[in-house]
Amino acid sequence: MQQRNVNLLIGIIVMALMAIWVNLPDNPGIHVDFAGIKYDREIKVHEGLDLQGGLQVLLEADAAALPDKKVDPSTMETVKGIIENRVNGLGVTEPLVQLQGANRSRIIVELPGIKDPDEAIRMFGKTGLLEFVDSGSTFLPRGTRITTDHGSTVPVTPTATTTSSATVTPAVTETQALTTTAPVTSTAPLTPTTKVYHTIMTGSEIKDAGVGLDRLQRPAVTFSLKGDGPKKFADFTTKNVGRYLAIVLDGEVVSCPVINQPITDGSGIIEGGEQGFGLDEAKSLAVVLKYGSLPVPLIQKETRTVGPTLGQESVQKSIIAGAIGLLIVVLFMLIYYRLPGLLADLALGIYALLVFALFKLIPVTLTLPGIAGFILSIGMAVDANILIFERMKEEMRSGKTLGAAIEAGFARAWTSIRDSNFSTLITCGILYWFGANFGASIVRGFAFTLAIGVLVSMFTAITVTRTFLRFTQQSWFPRPLEQEQKRLRWLFGLS
Amino acid sequence: MIDIIGKRYWWFALSLLVIIPGIVAMVYSTVQIGSPLRLGIDFTGGTRLLLPFERGRPVGEEQIRQVFVAQGIPAGNVAVQRVGRSEENTFQVRTVFLTPEKDKQIRADLQEKLGLTEAGASGEIVDPIIGKEVAERAAVAVALASLGILAYISFAFRQVPGSVRYGTCAVVALVHDVFVVTGVFSILGLLFDVEVDALFLTALLTVIGFSVHDTIVVFDRVRENMKKYVGEPFVRVVNHSIIQTLDRSINTTLTVLLTLTALFLFGGVTIRTFVGVLLLGIFSGTYSSIFNASPLLVVWEYGEIGAFFRRLGGQRQPT
Repeated sequence: MQQRNVNLLIGIIVMALMAIWVNLPDNPGIHVDFAGIKYDREIKVHEGLDLQGGLQVLLEADAAALPDKKVDPSTMETVKGIIENRVNGLGVTEPLVQLQGANRSRIIVELPGIKDPDEAIRMFGKTGLLEFVDSGSTFLPRGTRITTDHGSTVPVTPTATTTSSATVTPAVTETQALTTTAPVTSTAPLTPTTKVYHTIMTGSEIKDAGVGLDRLQRPAVTFSLKGDGPKKFADFTTKNVGRYLAIVLDGEVVSCPVINQPITDGSGIIEGGEQGFGLDEAKSLAVVLKYGSLPVPLIQKETRTVGPTLGQESVQKSIIAGAIGLLIVVLFMLIYYRLPGLLADLALGIYALLVFALFKLIPVTLTLPGIAGFILSIGMAVDANILIFERMKEEMRSGKTLGAAIEAGFARAWTSIRDSNFSTLITCGILYWFGANFGASIVRGFAFTLAIGVLVSMFTAITVTRTFLRFTQQSWFPRPLEQEQKRLRWLFGLS
Repeated sequence: MIDIIGKRYWWFALSLLVIIPGIVAMVYSTVQIGSPLRLGIDFTGGTRLLLPFERGRPVGEEQIRQVFVAQGIPAGNVAVQRVGRSEENTFQVRTVFLTPEKDKQIRADLQEKLGLTEAGASGEIVDPIIGKEVAERAAVAVALASLGILAYISFAFRQVPGSVRYGTCAVVALVHDVFVVTGVFSILGLLFDVEVDALFLTALLTVIGFSVHDTIVVFDRVRENMKKYVGEPFVRVVNHSIIQTLDRSINTTLTVLLTLTALFLFGGVTIRTFVGVLLLGIFSGTYSSIFNASPLLVVWEYGEIGAFFRRLGGQRQPT
């Protein structure tokens, strides 16, 4: 028991030191480049909009691009939904998306922790109209701007709009492809924009999209189709083996692969042409495809940084107030429970170190709801210790020796700590699942931090405190038994 | 020994004394203003103002808020944020819908007191940040979580006769705390225009988490004592368990309430409602564990449920 306890203490100290290293304000991050293993990771605190502020982007619907030149509020609701999904899909925690203006034609997006405005726009602001375009035997290099006959957002010539792609049958596709390819081959490279290409289908037929790898192990976008998509795709690829299929996003060619064989299973991969995609590029394209295109293009009006939504002054005052509150708890534990209280305070310190280190490592974006979860878990950590100490006192009063009382205190308090914390974890699980699936990210953040806090608190309040307490059993300065008993009773708050 | 269970109908009455007016207020409030609580700008939308001040003149968030408060707008409904670089000296304010007269008055005050530049100040209507559906979905999540808690406690107490009762009583205590908090804030909304914001939701979830935690600690003692004192009347076992855990209940609640009081008194004005909900809810959570959930076990055990309302205020001791 004694040796095991020493080992535990060493383990706890090592963990605490590691947590302190992670928590260093200027932590250099983890950068490993050894024996073929390359790993780079920044370690920093992510703070939410409410505590730190972020980047504010004001976008306006481009009414001129719509057929009737008017934006109606319900369209903007759709836009808002898509933008929210895209931003959440990119892993930005608790963004703020708000419609503005009398006819709601503008949309404010506030994102925490983003410094580069252009990056933000690339991430979520594009219209995201994906077209699979029949380019026949012409290879279109990445970045070429082309005009298609899909007539909703890209301006096209009146004659071309008459052949809408939405109702095109496979038979028509084929004839069109056949009739258009021959003359194009010679003229297309010279004047690519004058040619109207035929759209086989659009991104609206995409069911899901994700990031995968291409043949050269570079990031690429995988997708699967729904509805009529698989059939259209299969028909086209069957009849056009050996020809090119251009994948066009917002009128710009993304890639232009050769159809090697018919694709009949309704799924495919988009590669980034010659130079390939960067990981972020592939990720944002996948997110755009997954959540669909915007019904109206957006124009970026202004971009500026914003302070915390809770206000800088308010946040600063609250941090000080929180520190005062914690100090009161620490003093209370020390005065009321004496030696065990001091050890519990130490355990609480280790608890805070570990949780904060986890927040930095995972990383968790800190917001006020998240901190609420954290505070609640501190309360539960303190509660676990109070439960144990009260139990220890009871056992000592009933005549048990100190060592027996300590063990009994932990054993007896365990069932209530287990059941109360487990029910909290169940609640966290349900709230997290709900928040993640039903667009309540404020609920999700709370549930996540609370769950981390509860798990860590079970470790610190039980293992750490017990390890410390076991060391108090041995008498460091031998004294007569009676005096020793008196000292212990005082230290443990019994007299 | 203190007899807590014996006075159980007094404790129930005390709870109802808070909850019934709360429910009345919520109904009245729904009829009057369309929702049981007075909703803040996070839920209703409002006006977003962009306010550039004279460069080089120090202006603080709190000073700006005070100008709005002086015009009768509750502080909780004035969200002030700095925008752009600090030398631009520009702030964004999200607040309630402003009538043209009030808008003019506020701008004049801001200009006079804090040096708002005339050019460039603009205002626009904004939609709610939190849609109605989010609040409704959160309510469904809480209902689901309650079912999960009910199932778990029933399982964890399976060795005790009537284990489903423990789960049910814990959920009743949880519902009690939700009603105390929402009821009191509905009353505050009607009397003092106190509004709830998006953080209210989080605070309420925190209260629920604490409530269940606290109830289980007391129930755990009952479970243990049931095995220890076989043959003792149930009412005595429960009362003894409450007394044994009383020190712990008081100390735990005290530490949490001390932290929250510090935040309430010295923290920023923008989190005051949030902290207020937690203060009230945690107090209620402890109260309901001791004075509602545990006595309710006794009421159930002795088949008093049917006669619950008739005996309201009575103190008959079961034999």
